[in-house]
Amino acid sequence: MKSVAIDIRNIALSFGTTSVLKDINLHIEPGEFFALLGPSGSGKSTLLRLIAGFNQHQRGELLIDGKDVTGTAPWLRNVGMVFQSYALWPHMTVAQNVAFGLEARKLPSAEIRKKVHEALELVDLTGLAERRPGQLSGGQQQRVAIARTLAIKPQVLLLDEPLSNLDAKLRTQTRHELVELQRRLGLTTIFVTHDQEEALTTCHRVAVMDQGVIQQVGSPMDLFDFPVNRFVAQFVGSINLFSGRFFTEGDHLRFNSPTLGEVVLPNGLELQTSEMDLAFRPHAVRFATDAQSDLDGQLALKGTILSAEFLGEAFRYDVRVGQAIVHADISHARGKPALAAGSEVHLRVPSQELRFVEH
Amino acid sequence: MIAIALAIAIFLAVFLISPVISVVYTAFSDGHGGLTLSHFFAFFEISLMRESFANSLFVAGMTVLGATLIAIPLAYLTMRFQFRGAVLIQTLGVLPLVMPAFVGAAAMQLIFGRSGAVNLILMDLFGFSIPIMEGLSGIIFVETLHYFPFILLNLSASLATIDSSMEEAGQNLGASGWRLFRKIIFPLALPGYIAGASLVFIKVFDDLGTPLVLNVTNMLAPQAYLRVTSIGLEDPIGYVICVILVLFSIAAMGGSWWFVKRRDYALISRGGAQAPKRTLSSWQTVMAYGWIIGVLMLVLSPHLGILLMSLFKVWSFSVLPEQFTLAHYITIFSDAKQMIWNTILYCGLAAVIDVVLGAAIAYIVIRTTIPGRQILDHLVTVALAMPGLVLGIGYLRTFRGIELPFGGGALTASWLIFVLAYSVRRLPYALRSCMAALTQVHPALEEAAENVGASRWRIIRKIVLPLMTGGLLAGFVTSFITAAAEISETILLTSKESMAPMSYGIYLYFQSIAGRGPGAALSVIAITLVALGTYLSHRIAATATPHQNVGART
Repeated sequence: MKSVAIDIRNIALSFGTTSVLKDINLHIEPGEFFALLGPSGSGKSTLLRLIAGFNQHQRGELLIDGKDVTGTAPWLRNVGMVFQSYALWPHMTVAQNVAFGLEARKLPSAEIRKKVHEALELVDLTGLAERRPGQLSGGQQQRVAIARTLAIKPQVLLLDEPLSNLDAKLRTQTRHELVELQRRLGLTTIFVTHDQEEALTTCHRVAVMDQGVIQQVGSPMDLFDFPVNRFVAQFVGSINLFSGRFFTEGDHLRFNSPTLGEVVLPNGLELQTSEMDLAFRPHAVRFATDAQSDLDGQLALKGTILSAEFLGEAFRYDVRVGQAIVHADISHARGKPALAAGSEVHLRVPSQELRFVEH
Repeated sequence: MIAIALAIAIFLAVFLISPVISVVYTAFSDGHGGLTLSHFFAFFEISLMRESFANSLFVAGMTVLGATLIAIPLAYLTMRFQFRGAVLIQTLGVLPLVMPAFVGAAAMQLIFGRSGAVNLILMDLFGFSIPIMEGLSGIIFVETLHYFPFILLNLSASLATIDSSMEEAGQNLGASGWRLFRKIIFPLALPGYIAGASLVFIKVFDDLGTPLVLNVTNMLAPQAYLRVTSIGLEDPIGYVICVILVLFSIAAMGGSWWFVKRRDYALISRGGAQAPKRTLSSWQTVMAYGWIIGVLMLVLSPHLGILLMSLFKVWSFSVLPEQFTLAHYITIFSDAKQMIWNTILYCGLAAVIDVVLGAAIAYIVIRTTIPGRQILDHLVTVALAMPGLVLGIGYLRTFRGIELPFGGGALTASWLIFVLAYSVRRLPYALRSCMAALTQVHPALEEAAENVGASRWRIIRKIVLPLMTGGLLAGFVTSFITAAAEISETILLTSKESMAPMSYGIYLYFQSIAGRGPGAALSVIAITLVALGTYLSHRIAATATPHQNVGART
């Protein structure tokens, strides 16, 4: 099967006066597993439905395999979509569901039978061909939905929150199966989810969306390590984030925050503008034994422990620093109790873990 | 509470079950205490009966077909497209229901009959006429226009519950237009369609008024009526027909129930969005409005015809009536005052009985743990499957010779028989209303009252009934208006004219040419009454539940 690229150029869409997608630009590589990640209302599902043809953009171009499909009806696009609710037709058997798209393409019945069998084999459901969807478990229903979509050999596969209706255990397993299937077929796939873990663990690249705008596109590691703005930093993983102003005094870069107070930053950091937020991940924080130790190349803060939450592999401490609360994940060793609330601690964050993000 | 349950059970046994059993028994009885099928063989040996049977099936089947053809495009248009005509269709949906079918039949004769307005124009312009009102086709025509709303309403409700992704998945896999409708949308809406279609089939199969007004007697219901009234209550063939009517009725209801159960429609996922309404292209808009306006004109024609008939002196062999007059209304108010009063009395009392029984049964079934309480619910459902004609004949047979106390005369000759017959047949409607109202009352509201020490009766009186008011009123209105429009039982049970309600009066007036004017005037009054009632019940239903502060029921 030939893999195709998707190009989204300057696409804008509004429902009435509500602008839902604003100037979207994306290039998705042939065979890429691409995620649209964002909270509800971010426009990610609208964008997916737009690629399937269920929404029409008012501005811009949508190219699939180099051809502009703007205005092409959904049934002429050959873009396979797996719906969040699976949308299996209850009045048809599993085999009839899978055969539907092939029948619409007017294939000879012998070929339809063969392709239905192949599609069900792909998702390991050949034994259930004559069942009705109502007799299947949630996981099986989802595999039928995938088989039904793959049977028509779509150019592109769209997955709308495919894991959200499964229970936690099944979700992880299905995730692995989806990745495995996608790698095997090499099919350009777009995966919509609000769950950062799903997006980060499955996809080659992720576009983080908020309020109809793509905030950042990058590999899962890029997004986690180098968030470009406050939204991405907070949405992907947990983070300590402080707004304030950077300025230089003497040799040192300093940061003045209304909550954190004035802090001295370690040497060797560079900034483009002074109006940025300072951010670091809770797992980058360490506790130092005293005020003097371990100062080289580190951000040093002093605070009081407010509470500790036991997460198993670590304690998450809420530490009051000035007026701010800093989260610190300190790894746990067997039998070692948490530090008591009210204890004074010295925090250290290595300079390479410090991020400066736009508002 | 148990005593009340028993009393209701006895009431239903005497006034619903025993008449049915007596009809069925008579159909199978050999007259000497034994059972026999000979009456059935006799029935099928009479060629008129075979013909009537076939005609009834044909008329009911063709009406379902016609109603389907009208209703499907209308339902699909309103549910799937964004255009103003949708409101028009909703109105159109209830219009035919505010007029008994047989009233429409009389008006349709004047408009579409052999010498009606339409054919006179056709004859004048093109030299031919369309004999659509002749014989069976007249009945099919009238009943189709009268009953298609049942399919329209049920199908629309069904379409509304289909998750939009069901359709989108079909489009995504390459289906569109007719294929999408035939393979996915219609099958998913089938439960609603089947419910509507089976209802139409039964109503038409059992209808007595329309064939009689159109002078068609070679159908089952008119034959049963003629056998019983001309040959007498002892003639077994009439009972055989009744058994056939009942069997078809049960089969149609049971069939539609079974059909819906059989397929697993529960999967139709919840929480999904309703299909977004599309906009029509300009030529589609023209087509849609053309269809709607065409249907609307047909549906409105009997209403308009009746109104014209009531306001003009003569209307025959002319396109439009001539000579405006209010004389028919004056005639009605001097001659038919008694009938109007009778309708209000019978239907009012019947509706009160229905609401009282309905509320009691609803309470017993939903809120108590009396063993076998579901039987009450099932008994009432029997009434739904019982054609009016059958119950009427059953009453005459079961209660003949029973004298009322205090010299009231024979029960079958008394006006009480109307009240009983109406109340029993309309009880299912009132019961649904009451059940819906009671399930809206959160049990916690009653528990709270118990908790502060109120007795059960006090709770029912002070908490439950006040909260059910909307449902009770809606039940009352529904029972009242459907009883007022009833004709099959009424024709059978009317033994003297002074006792007759309006529906019988209209029927009687339409028997003669001279009576058409007053008959139409009386119809206008009846339609106004029913329309007002329908409007009221919609209003009540819409405002019935706002004073509920406990949210979802458990």
